[in-house]
Amino acid sequence: MDLEREFERVVAAEHRVEPRDWMPDGYRKTLVRQIAQHAHSEIIGMQPEGNWIGRAPSLRRKAILLAKVQDEAGHGLYLYAAAETLGADRAELTRNLVEGRQKYSSIFNYPTLTFADVGVIGWLVDGAAICNQVPLCRTSYGPYARAMIRVCKEESFHQRQGYELLMTMMRGTPAQREMVQDAVDRWWWPSLMMFGPPDAESANTEQSMRWRIKRHTNDELRQRFVDMTVPQAERLGVTLPDPALAWNAERGHHDFGEIDWAEFWRVVKGDGPCNAERVAHRRQAHEDGAWVREAAAAYAAKKRERAV
Amino acid sequence: MDNAYEALADEGEEKHWAFGTGFTAALTGVDRALPAGVERADLVVYCLMLGDDALIHAQRLAEWCSRAPELEEDVALANIALDLLGQARLLLSRAAEVEDAGRDEDALAYLRDEREFRNVRLVEIDCGPGPGGDFATTIARLLVFSSWRLAVFQRLTASADPVLAAVAAKGIKELAYHRDHAAQWVLRLAGGTDYSRERMIAGLTQVWAYTDELFTTHPVETALGGVAVDPADVRAEVAEVLDTVLSAAELDRPEVTQVAALAGRAGRDGVHTQALGHLLAELQHVARSMPGAVW
Repeated sequence: MDLEREFERVVAAEHRVEPRDWMPDGYRKTLVRQIAQHAHSEIIGMQPEGNWIGRAPSLRRKAILLAKVQDEAGHGLYLYAAAETLGADRAELTRNLVEGRQKYSSIFNYPTLTFADVGVIGWLVDGAAICNQVPLCRTSYGPYARAMIRVCKEESFHQRQGYELLMTMMRGTPAQREMVQDAVDRWWWPSLMMFGPPDAESANTEQSMRWRIKRHTNDELRQRFVDMTVPQAERLGVTLPDPALAWNAERGHHDFGEIDWAEFWRVVKGDGPCNAERVAHRRQAHEDGAWVREAAAAYAAKKRERAV
Repeated sequence: MDNAYEALADEGEEKHWAFGTGFTAALTGVDRALPAGVERADLVVYCLMLGDDALIHAQRLAEWCSRAPELEEDVALANIALDLLGQARLLLSRAAEVEDAGRDEDALAYLRDEREFRNVRLVEIDCGPGPGGDFATTIARLLVFSSWRLAVFQRLTASADPVLAAVAAKGIKELAYHRDHAAQWVLRLAGGTDYSRERMIAGLTQVWAYTDELFTTHPVETALGGVAVDPADVRAEVAEVLDTVLSAAELDRPEVTQVAALAGRAGRDGVHTQALGHLLAELQHVARSMPGAVW
């Protein structure tokens, strides 16, 4: 009980919790779940954009995109490492992902249909991710907070690159401008869904906020994202596909239309356009690589034996 | 809004750029004039040869992205592909600049047809993750390619073309890492399980059939004495490197018949395998289907 009181005091005082510190089981489990889902999202997130590496229409864009997808693999690695400091096992987390027992961000269950999607993902999806993640740089668990600092630093770079691609395309041909608008139309609502269900229906928010794992509610972050994005859309010259979107001077925020929560839950529960494909791709890579990982382990074991 | 970057930026850097603004372009300050006594057309072709090798190999390596056996390898192969893509961009830009016909790196990469590509066939064949190979075949190709290119680039640092010399000086550090990475995997796969050893031998055998072409002197290389490296000169050195790796892995050098050239002509002359057309179809599709677009 004293340990628990001490823990509550530490997090309430905004101190960091470190791997060897005592922590309640619920805190540990919540973090492992959240960090693992985050890591899985980075890894699954390699696929929609990876879809365009081979076809990127300039060498500069190809290099930027390949570097970005590589960064996502790197983020997955830091995050799995952070989860391991809580006693989780990366191999087991990977099994949870490929066997569909653990989730990842639903945004990656949508297809990337044109090269403009690469830019829009950078702008909107990375933009939403940054809104979600910047507060996590101050989250109570030290290794997660530190991993998030690196992740956010790189995500902000990706967002800028995405926006810059769209700016360039908007200055291009009419066909390019149409392509950008079409991509914005497809990604806008799923991006808003990235913040999760409305606060009233968010099961984990309250406890997570008390433990300082989470620092803002889903709806607060969503509002912040909308407010940030509207002027960017204007500068870009695209229309966000929401007739209800309007500045509300009284609130000092933008009002926006109702999110299709039925679609949100459908995709979360596995029936989005690409859920099956994304997991199957990951599972295939994992299975195809099994003999390589076994070989590396066998070789390391032989080396150790010889060293003795 | 929280600004996570403030604590991260180095002293004096702009806080809204997460990595600061302290980049310098590659090859800043290098003399870019055409060296005396050099035939413009020959230097263009030579830059295309070295540039296309890097571009096509990068395109193949990038196919692994999100499909590698482990995440660390996704990162490593992407890294190697990025290094090669960087080399390709410098070399194609140099080709465009020497050619002086209003083309740039993208016009050369995206708007040339199959017969105009000058890469060796080794880099274009499917070595996995496609059905034509697997991780071991990819590693076998990377070992051979990086050992050869490193030897060529080491000599190229003394090129009479300051741009090629600078590209080579930058590239050798990268290629040494690529070669080391491949060699480590050859040891692991050859010394891991029976199955991985079998795959490694099969992979080496598959790529070995394309190795003679690497050491065949092209007339352009002869014409560019002092500027280009004669690949025949590095044959012994590369063989020694490969033998060292193979013997550490307790493997024999594959004994295979070389894939024939067509009336003496192969990749360097724009005569390729059937694989290149498909690879270029993917690489060039978007760029070609939107004429006048800017990216």
